[in-house]
Amino acid sequence: MSLPPFQRVLDEHADALHRHVRALVGPNDADDVTQEVLIAALRAYPDLRDDSNVRGWLWTIARHKAIDRHRHAERRPKTVPLDGAGPAGRPGSEGDDELWEAVRRLPDGQRVAVALRFVDDLPYREIAAAIGCSEGAARQRVHDGITALRGEVLT
Amino acid sequence: MTTERTDTDLEARLRATAPPSGRFDVAAFLERADADGLVDVAWTRVDSPIGPLWAAATDLGLLTVGFGEPDHGLDDIARKVSPRIVELPRRLDLARRELDEYFEGRRRHFDLVLDRRMSRGFRAEVLRALELVDFGETVSYIDLAQRVGNPKASRAVGTAMATNPLPIVVPCHRVLRTGGALGGYGGGLDAKRWLLAHEGVEPPRR
Repeated sequence: MSLPPFQRVLDEHADALHRHVRALVGPNDADDVTQEVLIAALRAYPDLRDDSNVRGWLWTIARHKAIDRHRHAERRPKTVPLDGAGPAGRPGSEGDDELWEAVRRLPDGQRVAVALRFVDDLPYREIAAAIGCSEGAARQRVHDGITALRGEVLT
Repeated sequence: MTTERTDTDLEARLRATAPPSGRFDVAAFLERADADGLVDVAWTRVDSPIGPLWAAATDLGLLTVGFGEPDHGLDDIARKVSPRIVELPRRLDLARRELDEYFEGRRRHFDLVLDRRMSRGFRAEVLRALELVDFGETVSYIDLAQRVGNPKASRAVGTAMATNPLPIVVPCHRVLRTGGALGGYGGGLDAKRWLLAHEGVEPPRR
């Protein structure tokens, strides 16, 4: 068995990875963290034994990098973002900043489950495979994430 | 009940407002990958008068030249050399420049350092002998077989030409059938004719 060229991994997954990473860490850090994920992946690529789920492998690296980024952010003094992407959001900014900031504040397990469900549009079976839990546990994490969001973001 | 409806509304809101794809800056990633020494093989597209080409290189030198789309070629390289191959034109600036010069008639001999890993054994020997055939010269399959000390191996020489990983640079276009007929060419016979004409070789009979 030999691995496909990494070029193919980039072509197939980079954009979706970036979108997923953005849900985990926000627009300001998405480029950086996506780059970190791909660098780590490229470094480890020749040792990849099983290329049947490269996307799952990348997403797992992304989850760890996102956790690292959040941990790092917690240690930094809070600063006001220069581009004004605070709770009010910018006029005309795409999406729902307040809601997705709340997603980013979820504990890691719920955050990644919510991202896999609502950004990557995965069925629960695949969310379970990506996270490494049962399908029931995947449903529970998404449900718990929604419950936590409901508490934070009143409709 | 209320909880359920709120959840459904919330789910709909999540779906509707999921962050869109931004444009991910692959170029910046590739530059960093290269700086970190992670790009084992770099490839790029090359324009030419004989159609679109592509080329790949390692730290050791030029590895492959191909015609058309690189897809199967990249798979080949991944299998034989390393799967850490990405599009990084900068690493092939010199190769591209020498190819341009050749096609424009300003260069007759390539000075590029070659990474010859993509061919081995007898085929590698044949290609080495072929590198000694100069611009404007031609040789027959049988000649070449004789030059590597195996005069009965003209069919194997044909295969070596067909599997030449470095066409144009290692000049398999300069190999003709005895009597002057064109023979074959991986890049198509039109390309072979163009290259021979470009080098001032009398057009073969067929």
